[in-house]
Amino acid sequence: MQQKQGDDPADLLVRAGRFLTRDSFSEDLRTTTRTDSRAAESFYRDRWSHDKVVHSTHGVNCTGSCRWKVYVKDGIITWETQATDYPDVGPDRPEYEPRGCPRGASFSWYTYSPSRVRYPYVRGVLLEMYREARRRLTDPVLAWADIQNDPERRRRYQQARGKGGLVRADWDEAVEIVAAAHVHTIKTYGPDRVAGFSPIPAMSMASHAAGARFHSLIGAPMLSFYDWYADLPVASPQVFGDQTDVPESGDWWDAAYLMMWGSNVPVTRTPDAHWMTEARYRGQKVVAVSPDYADNTKFADEWMHPHPGTDGALALAMGHVVLKEFFVDRRTPYFTDYVKHFTDLPFLVTLKESGAGLVPDKFLNARDLGQDVENAEWKPVLLDSATGDPVVPHGTLGHRWSKGAAPEWNLDLGDSDPLLTLYEDGGDAAEVALPRFEEGAPGIVRRGVPVRGVGGRLVTTVYDLLLAQYAVARPGLPGQWPTSYEDADTPGTPGWQETLTSVPAAQAVRVAREFADTAERSQGRCMILMGAGTNHWFHSETIYRAFLALLTLTGCQGRNGGGWGHYVGQEKCRPVTGWATLAAASDWSRPPRQMIGAGWFYLHTDQWRYDTLPPQALASELGESRFAGMTGADCLAASARMGWMPSYPTFDRSPLDLGEQDIDRTVAELKAGSLKLAVEDPDAPANWPRVMTVWRANLFGSSSKGNEYFLKHLLGTHSNLPEGGPRCAPRDVTRREEDVEGKLDLLLCLDFRMTSTTLLCDVVLPAATWYEKHDLSSTDMHPFLHAFTPAVDPPWQARTDYDAFLAVARRFSDLARGHLGVRKDLVATALQHDTPGGEMAQPGGVALDWGKGECEPVPGRTMYDLTVVERDYTAVGEKFAALGPLVDRLGVTTKAVTFDVGEEVAYLKRKNGTVRGGVADGRPRLDTARRACETILALSGTSNGRLATQGFHTLERRTGREMAHLAAEHEGKRVTYADTQAAPVPVITSPEWSGSESGGRRYTAFTINTEHLKPWHTLTGRQHFFLDHDWLHEVGEALPVYKPPLNMHRLYGEPELGTVGEGREVAVRFLTPHNKWAIHSQYQDNLYMMTLGRGGQTVWMSPQDAEAIGVRDNEWVEAVNRNGVVTARAIVSHTMPPGTVYMNHAQERTVGVPRTEKTGRRGGIHNSLTRIMLKPTHLIGGYAQLTWAFNYLGPTGNQRDEVTVIRRRSQEVQF
Amino acid sequence: MRPMAQIAMVMNLDKCIGCHTCSVTCKQAWTNRRGTEYVWFNNVETLPGQGYPRRWADQNRWKGGWERTRSGRLRLRAGGRARRLGTLFANPDLPTLDDYYEPWTYEYKNLIDAPAGDDMPVARPVSQISGEPLDTLQWGPNWDDDLGGAPEHAPKDPLVEKVREQVGEKIRFEFEQSFMFYLPRICEHCLNPACVSACPSGALYKRVEDGIVLVDQERCRGWRMCVSSCPYKKVYFNHATGKAEKCTLCYPRVEIGMPTICSETCVGRMRYLGVMLYDADKVTEAAAVTDEHDLYPAQLESFLDPRDPAVEAAARASGISDDWLEAARRSPVFDLIRTYQVALPLHPEYRTMPMVWYVPPLSPVVEAVAASGHDGEDAGNLFGAIEGLRIPVEYLAELLTAGDTYPVEAVLRRMAAMRVHMRARNLGEEPDPAVAHSVRLTGDELEDMFRLLAVAKYEDRYVVPTAARADADALADSHPLDAACPVGAEPGRPVLLNLAPTRRTV
Repeated sequence: MQQKQGDDPADLLVRAGRFLTRDSFSEDLRTTTRTDSRAAESFYRDRWSHDKVVHSTHGVNCTGSCRWKVYVKDGIITWETQATDYPDVGPDRPEYEPRGCPRGASFSWYTYSPSRVRYPYVRGVLLEMYREARRRLTDPVLAWADIQNDPERRRRYQQARGKGGLVRADWDEAVEIVAAAHVHTIKTYGPDRVAGFSPIPAMSMASHAAGARFHSLIGAPMLSFYDWYADLPVASPQVFGDQTDVPESGDWWDAAYLMMWGSNVPVTRTPDAHWMTEARYRGQKVVAVSPDYADNTKFADEWMHPHPGTDGALALAMGHVVLKEFFVDRRTPYFTDYVKHFTDLPFLVTLKESGAGLVPDKFLNARDLGQDVENAEWKPVLLDSATGDPVVPHGTLGHRWSKGAAPEWNLDLGDSDPLLTLYEDGGDAAEVALPRFEEGAPGIVRRGVPVRGVGGRLVTTVYDLLLAQYAVARPGLPGQWPTSYEDADTPGTPGWQETLTSVPAAQAVRVAREFADTAERSQGRCMILMGAGTNHWFHSETIYRAFLALLTLTGCQGRNGGGWGHYVGQEKCRPVTGWATLAAASDWSRPPRQMIGAGWFYLHTDQWRYDTLPPQALASELGESRFAGMTGADCLAASARMGWMPSYPTFDRSPLDLGEQDIDRTVAELKAGSLKLAVEDPDAPANWPRVMTVWRANLFGSSSKGNEYFLKHLLGTHSNLPEGGPRCAPRDVTRREEDVEGKLDLLLCLDFRMTSTTLLCDVVLPAATWYEKHDLSSTDMHPFLHAFTPAVDPPWQARTDYDAFLAVARRFSDLARGHLGVRKDLVATALQHDTPGGEMAQPGGVALDWGKGECEPVPGRTMYDLTVVERDYTAVGEKFAALGPLVDRLGVTTKAVTFDVGEEVAYLKRKNGTVRGGVADGRPRLDTARRACETILALSGTSNGRLATQGFHTLERRTGREMAHLAAEHEGKRVTYADTQAAPVPVITSPEWSGSESGGRRYTAFTINTEHLKPWHTLTGRQHFFLDHDWLHEVGEALPVYKPPLNMHRLYGEPELGTVGEGREVAVRFLTPHNKWAIHSQYQDNLYMMTLGRGGQTVWMSPQDAEAIGVRDNEWVEAVNRNGVVTARAIVSHTMPPGTVYMNHAQERTVGVPRTEKTGRRGGIHNSLTRIMLKPTHLIGGYAQLTWAFNYLGPTGNQRDEVTVIRRRSQEVQF
Repeated sequence: MRPMAQIAMVMNLDKCIGCHTCSVTCKQAWTNRRGTEYVWFNNVETLPGQGYPRRWADQNRWKGGWERTRSGRLRLRAGGRARRLGTLFANPDLPTLDDYYEPWTYEYKNLIDAPAGDDMPVARPVSQISGEPLDTLQWGPNWDDDLGGAPEHAPKDPLVEKVREQVGEKIRFEFEQSFMFYLPRICEHCLNPACVSACPSGALYKRVEDGIVLVDQERCRGWRMCVSSCPYKKVYFNHATGKAEKCTLCYPRVEIGMPTICSETCVGRMRYLGVMLYDADKVTEAAAVTDEHDLYPAQLESFLDPRDPAVEAAARASGISDDWLEAARRSPVFDLIRTYQVALPLHPEYRTMPMVWYVPPLSPVVEAVAASGHDGEDAGNLFGAIEGLRIPVEYLAELLTAGDTYPVEAVLRRMAAMRVHMRARNLGEEPDPAVAHSVRLTGDELEDMFRLLAVAKYEDRYVVPTAARADADALADSHPLDAACPVGAEPGRPVLLNLAPTRRTV
């Protein structure tokens, strides 16, 4: 129907006009159909066109390991989109595709960005000095020495660090300076005065291995990172005897109940978050536990918001409900059976008298029973429920290292049924004293446990102690027990946790009940995704042990769809054996020097001097004052003396000098005190580290907790550190009166973009980006191996890390001639995990310090292992570029499984070609990153079916359990580098890890333990609730326990939380969760990410706190504490809890950061307000699972307990 | 019946993780050029919030879309042709750069080039437009992400302003009441696009073969009437070329069977792309129904069932090819919109008949429910009651159903029922058929819906027929090789232009 003449005169025009065109009109005149040329559509087609697409990935510590398509047009990288070619995971579950995030999607911006490092740069003032000295002295090493021997010149260039003035050099000159500095340092002080820092091998294995290999060959320590980042959950070695092993994200789908606890999955696990959203549709219930309304809470069915850092109390109260309702009120067969087989709960613990009454002491072992069996003191015992007799079950640490013929290292209980509890009507009971730590509460709670006399000792079970610890009453037991769930006065109850966390008791009870009920109905398919939000606290392992207890009690570990998902740090370098071999250069010499990162930084940035926290303040009231009079540095020194944690530089003398003398003499000198450990006088110039190289990392703009201390003491440049302030008073360690500034002679870094680190460096080498090199990547989140493939060659003068280190190694060898030659190096290594000597060094976890005359110094037992390593410094370049002969003779080893790689070496000779002439004559070539990748893949079970199968056969002999079938389906499969380039390649099940991918199954940790009865690498061979080391008893952490965040007011004199000070400032908890717009500092300077965020440093705060200091959204604030100052804009949001501010992790000072009002200097980074705080118990070693290995155990660089004062600043900012 | 085919999109907001990967991949591919610095064909907004450009949904201010006159006709809100001609040189309804944001960059080079000085070098923020320093950045395309600044900014969310009177209690921007979700937005490629009608130059058109709405870069004269008349503010002005640009639904990819960039790179796997058939004869009527609450059902009814033989015949008659019909039958978008009715249109009250639809999000239960110790054994309780969810249904209804809460509740109930049903399956227990029945689906249908929402593999999410231009002659016409090709430049492929105002009386 046509309407009448329109009231709009224009209608008439249209109506008339239609007869003048060739267009056709719809009947209702609503539309015109036009058919003229659409040539203009070519505009966007041109834009879309490209010449090639290359598959690569991103080498950033994000756990992503995502495969990307990189588009190239006219030889220029244009953009990237995610690849979608992941192998199928099965018909009934979502696929991995696409994996990626906005950060990765913006990566190509860096390629041609104005902050790209295109050429080698040297600090101008240093370069002038070097050129002058080089002209004068000709010899590069003497030229470097000339500068270092002149305090005035040295100070001058050190003070210029970080203040601009970088000038271009060419590669030859830059490499010469670097090589000369290394030669000089080794010659003058020894190789352990050099250090390398490059984290997370999994994110680009060849690039990591390149620099690590150089350092290992020269005898320089590599610093650990997993513990330094505080990503290492210390609870993992404590409970599992494993660094970390977790389900792939595809296994979230299998969970029937999912708690996200301190893990903001959409932000930090962006490529994997879809599994969580999708699993909900499969009927999974999701609970988010987060102090703020974080991104992930959007997906939850319920949001629980405990006060920051109090999560442990919530988890303990949930455990209380589970133990009461599913163990005591009603026996749940699935749970009981699980804990008897796979946990230490049935094991016997002795009770001893203390000043405060009976307390738990040590595991009862076979030697206590007078049994004359091999390794008797390493065989804990339990009681058989039928006979009531003590039984030494298979699978303990003593069995692991038995030399006996019968394989008894397994979890086969045979006919015996472990007795879980000694409780019986009218049975004996005793009251034990247990520690508690809530602020303002008495330090002891007394509860009864059933007891029995065994082998002349009073014992109970771990289970009975656990019920006491969790306040689960049983009739007739003495002591203080709760009256109900709501009882707020008795530690352990839901009511008690409500007073600490604010989570309603009823909610805690209900969620605990749902959790356990689901676990029972699903046979262990409840999962907790736990993350940095709960792991970066000083007492994180207490929080984690409470989480793990929930999972272990309900039989969720070692089950698909169940268990802990700790995704903090891309720790899973799946082809670990191959990578480790190259990185440690263990094909040429062993052992390498590997150092605890946090310990190294604590000492050498002099944070120990300021650490006034007395370790004794951390102790339990039931402790024995073991830390009396000690400082953090004293604990570190004690740990070094006892051989627990490595310490480099080790001695106050060059290890090249000590290598020339008899080891016995060295030990005697140590005992006599004429030779000292460097840690005992860290500020003595001979004990400083002198050269440090940072690559694949931005240490100074990201992880440097106590950033300002780094600037002042390690680098000797300006900082925002307040002058003065209290210093510690060590008992054993020498604290020199004067502060030391500028320890490092050389800071070298390799990067492709300008960061705080490159700005502070003396020499910056231009690195290839991730779209310009060959490398390998893997992650714990998915089971695939990925390749990096260059889309373009490194532009300008950029080089890959591999090529750069090869150049340095070769030049180093040249310069070593005449200065170093062949030397003997005394390498002191800590007692080592997964070795019999290391794990069985110190029986009972009794801490004996030879330095205090408590025992004799015996290498490898009461102190470090000492090994003399011969180093041909002139052959470092040659050795770097070839696979050495030690692998033929000694094989390669991971977790005590040694692989014979004779066939692999033969294969690599053909695949990589062989070296002709020199020290590496006839060896497989390693002169390119590609060949390094090929070698990594060939030497690892996850990528080489022959090795995987061989390794399982080795384990079969040790355990007597069949396992080789797990890898047999792939025995003939050998993943090549080209395979990984063509598509993501699923890994092969290998004894390098604890789970199985066999038959296309989704990976989860510990299924080899639960299904094939392989013991965990712990004292009992089971998952541990109880830890009996002296130092753990001292701090009251023998069992899961609640410890509140550190009281920074009491310990360090910071204002009390919530204090509103003069001039409208407020004291708040300062948390630094991961950033939505960055991966650590990477991408934080990227224009796309800056545009989607707020374009600079920001601090999230609640409206209440904003109101208190009179600040509005987007106004500038300044945060100040004893460690430094930060200036940033406020983001005011009601999603934040009052009293806590968030400064998202690793917002650099390089982009958009003005000068502060406080000091007039450039504002700091998030870590300018933090400082390293060592927890003594992280330093334990030489005892079962509490034995050191690189990135396996060590002090964490935790930073969550920090507080700051925040105030509104002038809104006029100066850059 | 006059069947036409269109590539349409559904986004499941319940799965959107707010990561913005879609925005970045889109911007890298299409708008990282001079003149489009501030342009995001695809952006993601945190709701409640103001969006990009600020308060775009406030049509009282921007006058986008259509309005129904008292006589039942549709008229552009921007006014009749005469008014628009009169304001051609001074369009009062155009957002300014401040409403979007002033794009900035940093003096990055200073990090390398800084001479020796007294402090650490820094890259200072500067405007990409003027080059002048922007010491304190004031606004960005995603400024209120994750409710940042919400106490100050979110009350100005036009939807909040609308629903506050009804449910003020639920929208207080206080810690315990926190709720949010993300809304990714591209051009809606509407069936009744206001931008096309508003263009004085006839430069905007809707392609007949796939419904994609485009700006002809040669014809555009930069009048910007499309910018103001688009109620979604998804047409942008390129200040360097002086022409309008907008989301192209990645036609260079879609034409060859590839999903759009935003779809393929969606890490949340929440986008679906497929064919919808609609009856072109019903569009005007559906866009002009009296009651705004009827707009969603009316649009739903204008879609044609590709499995209906009558539709099939009519489609063939109107030139829709077999592969398109087959794609329409396999369309995940059709299933989400029609079969399970879990997807809803964005702001149907603008009467443009948008073709990007959304599944509304579930959310955690409110504080009062969480704090209770209700029985976790009860399957219904495990996932919380719909009325206890944090995101007020009224708010979602203002977004998706012109304020009618009934369809939104129905969708949320269907999703909850699916979860309850699947939980039983998950635990190896027998599902209660009453659960499926309560949302008028069978258990099998719930499981099919589950597969589509959860499992959906690549080829299930994106069903894009190739040969969008099956006619080889026509292919030659707009191929980039054209310029060098001596034959086949004419005739072109048909496109649709909407005339304004529509002439149909009721």
